[in-house]
Amino acid sequence: MKLYCLSGHPTLPCNVLKFKSTTIMLDCGLDMTSTLNFLPLPLVQSPRLSNLPGWSLKDGNAFLDKELKECSGHVFVDSVPEFCLPETELIDLSTVDVILISNYHCMMALPYITEHTGFTGTVYATEPTVQIGRLLMEELVNFIERVPKAQSASLWKNKDIQRLLPSPLKDAVEVSTWRRCYTMQEVNSALSKIQLVGYSQKIELFGAVQVTPLSSGYALGSSNWIIQSHYEKVSYVSGSSLLTTHPQPMDQASLKNSDVLVLTGLTQIPTANPDGMVGEFCSNLALTVRNGGNVLVPCYPSGVIYDLLECLYQYIDSAGLSNIPFYFISPVANSSLEFSQIFAEWLCHNKQTKVYLPEPPFPHAELIQTNKLKHYPSLHGDFSSDFRQPCVVFTGHPSLRFGDVVHFMELWGKSSLNTVIFTEPDFSYLEALAPYQPLAMKCIYCPIDTRLNFIQVSKLLKEVQPLHVVCPEQYTQPPPAQSHRMDLMIDCQPPAMSYRRAEVLALPFKRRYEKIEIMPELADSLVPMEIKPGISLATVSAVLHTKDNKHVLQPPPRPAQPAGGKKRKRGSDDIPDCKVLKPLLSGSIPVEQFVQALEKAPDH
Amino acid sequence: MDPECSQLLPALCAVLADPRQPVADDTCLEKLLDWFKTIADAGSSLLLLQENPCLVTLLCPVLKPQDLSPRVLAFLLRLAGILAAQEDCFQHLQQGDLLPRLFGEAGPLGGAAWTAPTVRSGWIQGLCSLTQHPSALCFLAHSGAVDTIFSLQGDSSLFVASAAGQLLVHILGLSMQAPAEGHPSLQPAHWPACAQKIVGHIEESLRATATPQVTQALNVLTTMFSHCHDPWTQVLWVHLSPLVACLLEKDPVPAAHSLVDLLLSVARSPVLSSSSCGLWDTLAQTLSRLRASQAGPLALGILKLQECPKALRAQAFAVLLQPLTCVLEATTQAPGLPGSSGPGLQCGVAAIGPVASSEACAGRGGDPTDGELPLAWPPGSVGGTADAPLTAGMLLPSKAACVGLLCQTLAHLELLQPLPQRPSPWPWAPLLSAAVTILRLCNGSATPTSDTGTHLCAFLAGCVRVQRAALDFLGTLSQGTGPQELVTQVFAILLEYLTSPDSSPTVLKKAFQATLQWLQSSPKPSGGGDLEPHAQLFLRELLPVLPKRLCSPCWDVRDSGLEFLTQTVRRWGGQAGFRHALLASEVPELTEQLLRDPESYVRASAVAAMGQLSSRGLHIIPASPGHPGAQQKSLLEELLHILSTDSEGFPRRAVMQVFTQWLRDSHADVAADTEHFVARVLRVASQDLDWEVRAQGLELALVFLEQTLGQPSSSCPYAMTPPAAAPPSLVAQALQPFCRVQLFDFAFRALFDCDRPVAQKSCDLLLFLRAKTASYSDQQGSSSGPDVASLEAALQRWQAGDQGQPLGDLEPEAVVAVLRSLDLEGLRGALAESSDHAEQSPLSLLQDMLATAGILGENEADCY
Repeated sequence: MKLYCLSGHPTLPCNVLKFKSTTIMLDCGLDMTSTLNFLPLPLVQSPRLSNLPGWSLKDGNAFLDKELKECSGHVFVDSVPEFCLPETELIDLSTVDVILISNYHCMMALPYITEHTGFTGTVYATEPTVQIGRLLMEELVNFIERVPKAQSASLWKNKDIQRLLPSPLKDAVEVSTWRRCYTMQEVNSALSKIQLVGYSQKIELFGAVQVTPLSSGYALGSSNWIIQSHYEKVSYVSGSSLLTTHPQPMDQASLKNSDVLVLTGLTQIPTANPDGMVGEFCSNLALTVRNGGNVLVPCYPSGVIYDLLECLYQYIDSAGLSNIPFYFISPVANSSLEFSQIFAEWLCHNKQTKVYLPEPPFPHAELIQTNKLKHYPSLHGDFSSDFRQPCVVFTGHPSLRFGDVVHFMELWGKSSLNTVIFTEPDFSYLEALAPYQPLAMKCIYCPIDTRLNFIQVSKLLKEVQPLHVVCPEQYTQPPPAQSHRMDLMIDCQPPAMSYRRAEVLALPFKRRYEKIEIMPELADSLVPMEIKPGISLATVSAVLHTKDNKHVLQPPPRPAQPAGGKKRKRGSDDIPDCKVLKPLLSGSIPVEQFVQALEKAPDH
Repeated sequence: MDPECSQLLPALCAVLADPRQPVADDTCLEKLLDWFKTIADAGSSLLLLQENPCLVTLLCPVLKPQDLSPRVLAFLLRLAGILAAQEDCFQHLQQGDLLPRLFGEAGPLGGAAWTAPTVRSGWIQGLCSLTQHPSALCFLAHSGAVDTIFSLQGDSSLFVASAAGQLLVHILGLSMQAPAEGHPSLQPAHWPACAQKIVGHIEESLRATATPQVTQALNVLTTMFSHCHDPWTQVLWVHLSPLVACLLEKDPVPAAHSLVDLLLSVARSPVLSSSSCGLWDTLAQTLSRLRASQAGPLALGILKLQECPKALRAQAFAVLLQPLTCVLEATTQAPGLPGSSGPGLQCGVAAIGPVASSEACAGRGGDPTDGELPLAWPPGSVGGTADAPLTAGMLLPSKAACVGLLCQTLAHLELLQPLPQRPSPWPWAPLLSAAVTILRLCNGSATPTSDTGTHLCAFLAGCVRVQRAALDFLGTLSQGTGPQELVTQVFAILLEYLTSPDSSPTVLKKAFQATLQWLQSSPKPSGGGDLEPHAQLFLRELLPVLPKRLCSPCWDVRDSGLEFLTQTVRRWGGQAGFRHALLASEVPELTEQLLRDPESYVRASAVAAMGQLSSRGLHIIPASPGHPGAQQKSLLEELLHILSTDSEGFPRRAVMQVFTQWLRDSHADVAADTEHFVARVLRVASQDLDWEVRAQGLELALVFLEQTLGQPSSSCPYAMTPPAAAPPSLVAQALQPFCRVQLFDFAFRALFDCDRPVAQKSCDLLLFLRAKTASYSDQQGSSSGPDVASLEAALQRWQAGDQGQPLGDLEPEAVVAVLRSLDLEGLRGALAESSDHAEQSPLSLLQDMLATAGILGENEADCY
């Protein structure tokens, strides 16, 4: 059993598990932090951004000044933003049989895998994951395609040139594999390969293994996966949450008795408590708006925003903010708000029961009805006529490199009355803000990450008791900035095995048994003999029949009855039928060649 | 017993003896027992029995206990005990052979009824009441009851077990009283048989291997040494102390908590503490033998003792400080390295070290067990470095133990600090340093320098319980002095906690409280009345944080923020630096907005804060940007609005308190037209459904009275001695405004308020007024007239419960006349009685019980 680790990002995993003749890809997360090295794509022409000086080498050589621009001491690539793909060379991705998706954040690299690697398998995901994942992809494509960029910088990627660049460009990894965003056509094609599944549904893969999604409590439709054969069980835990937010609670019990538990997607901010952060978010929002300032919340169109809107729904009246408009701007804003209301079966119990009242499960419906929350596909159009300040704007993209948020940063950045509140934990807020410096507006960092923290993980591991734990290397040591915080790492016995990008792990686990069925008529013929109390033996003579990874013992073929009815006659007509070689459909197999090929392939 | 009760008693006895009659409830039986006890204490029980033969008849059914409910059976056992407490009555009952059949083998003992804990408890309590005279001791000896009591010590019901222990102590004390009339015998071997038996049992239990038995013996001894201080107890201790010392040699020490209790009760006993019976050695040995969490309470107890050897105190203090020393070491020293990093923290280790080590070593005097004991931390090495990590590791074995131990230690030190007998010099600096370090470990900002430190960090990170305990302790430490550098650290960590979004609401509340304590204790600079520059700087940093807290979605955070604000404004509202910083912040404006908070507690706190801000001239009516034309309501109007419309009591009470304070301080808004203000407030308050609001209204009325009529000469406004009366003409004039504001209407109405505190307060107020107007009424003399008559009629209607009609306009003369005619003293006396005094008489109790039984009977009849 082997694990191929294609992504080094602990919350955007992409691993391939080879288990019992199947090749299963677990998630395909897309690392978008690479975009932080690029200049923002302004929706409206920005004189400031277009007049940034080009960057030149120390010796004055300015051959890169078209590609690299300097802004407040940082150097940015002036080009269409590019993303860091999962490793594609480590394993032939066309051999992947299935891809299991655990949540909509972890499928953003799907089009790169399904459309460009010769992948011919099936993708499994829950319905909300697919629908919201589609929204995220649609938004991403829209953000990038609506601001066409004439040039595409590639010179700086040259290894010899990259060495001369200042940090962080100098230290950026695998820049040669960075790719531009996919197209909507590729998205549609990729999503068409997805087969929808429901929680606890058992899916047979070639008769060899069974995979089952379980609720993980993190997002709408988010799942952990159980991959098991008759005698082995591998659990894949990715992005789970034990907090009571909108999704169905996490199913922990089914993870018990795993031989291997692959653990990814823990909270990215282990020291911040989500409750405290929500409080901080609300207080800062209220303070800014009271002083006549505007609040900008860079966010994804789905996920935490639902919880934030719910908190604000309860909070705005008490804080005297009833007259302040809330704007949600995203190409998929409408779909996101509406989708959230229709996935009742995927919601927590509390919200499910509302549906029977009948009431919308999320209170943002009421915010919309009362005109407190308004949503727009873009800041062009209706929004510009409705726009009223002071206000609160939720919009993407949290990297601040593309999307409507770029415009608001340019618009509001100059006033210290305004505040930008970062709630998404995926991007470093300091790096995100770098191309906007100098900035007068207040910045508040309230990362809200509801995924498991280390205390919860240690409780979970105590509860489910896996034999082996496998996790990204980041989880096996304290964060570099807080090297003394031994509580901020996974503590389990035996110690967790760690992996990093482009590593192949042989999982410490041997398969010992295989289930074989016995045909009833064969079983009938057995005569067990008790050799010890409780233990009986019988000799079996049978033919082992293997098809679709199922093994069946069948009664041996009866010798053909002699035609003449004479019982004791032996002779040439006694040769069984099976000896007769029928021609194979595929033609004859060159045995020598075949054996050689088998010897060469190490994994079979 | 009064004849009416005597008449009812037979019927009640019949009800109780009838198994078919369910007994109303336990409280009735308890009250009945109390009553019998009072009668028995006041006179002869024998006479009681003779006059009420029904009581003897009642005790007889006990002989068939299966027929009775456990409650009644327990009641009868206890009743018999109360009656037999007098020796003549005891003999009388003995003659009837009743007692052995009640308390002996023939009684409920061993029968089916015995399975009920109530019955066992009644049996013990009965015996406890009964054992008051030598005859009772003989009875106990013959009936074999003592053995039963021994076995009941291990009863499954904790109440029964504990009562059994107490009964043993009682019996032992009584049996020792007889010989103790002369000289106490020096040898327990010469003690009375009963005492010997009990002491023998205790000895045997102390030798037992099973911990529960040891615990029982220790508990009995603890009770005994706490309550009995006769000379023979010293003999007993000398006799038993070797056995107790043996317990210390076991590993682990059995029943450690009970052992600590026993040793402390012995040490506190006046008979024993001055003697040289080896107690101090035992205590020292125990300190070194127990686990840290067990030794803590013992150390605290030793330090609280009035007299105790210095060395032992030093050892106890070292034990108490162990966990904190460990914390300090873990954050300042790398293992094996004698050096350290932070000078402030190092000073802490150094200071705790010597205090603990030098004296403790002397006190321990070469304890042979020292060094071999894995769980005790030899105090001599408190300041050491080499074995510190190892010791600390044992001291803090798991998260739960670590958290529990630290909380316990902090609580103990908090208790000890205000006591006069606390160790001197009190190590302010290292304690401060330890508290700050713990808080840093809890919020993850400490940098541990050893493995222990790393473990501590992992245990304590985000632990709310330790944070609360440490903040409480830090607050208490504000009463002392520490080096400036440490004080800076204290303010820094407090600010971190107040700023951090991760501080839970309860932690935040504690942080606010500790901050206030530190601000209050920070010394004033010699030059002016302003805050110390240091504290001022801190407040300036804190004020930007406060708005965020006032906007928190958690109501308790908003609430504690407002409380903090109220306190700081009360204290420093007059100081220029603070005023300037406050006015520059958004705090006053936000506070005003919180008057409309959805949570009533927050509204109440906002009312108090606004009242305080306004008193200090820190409330500025903001120009409303949205509606430039609209006139902003004044705060007075806003508060009146809350008083008349708020649906919850807390904000309304807070408004009344603010108004009373404003009236006392002659607040500008009030002083402009005091009469109008008082009239409006009283009108609203008199309608309020919450009695506290009405009572506060009377308080406000009283302030108004005092301001108009002048304070009485004595310091107490409700003084009984008549104050010097004002001249008549002045009084008549003075009463006019009270009539105009309808104060009398309010006060007279309150006099018959259904809530007693309101009526009492009104009574006091009117008595004060009557004393003030005494001379006036003397002169007028007349108490008749149409006005007076109608007023009296109204009062009678109110007393009868009809509160509908208002009084209308009153003349001062009529009021004075009515004041004279009312029996205010009598009313005050009646109100001073508890509200159920009328219903508490034994007669009413008997009637109630019979009525209940009767009603039940009727229901039964209906059913058939």
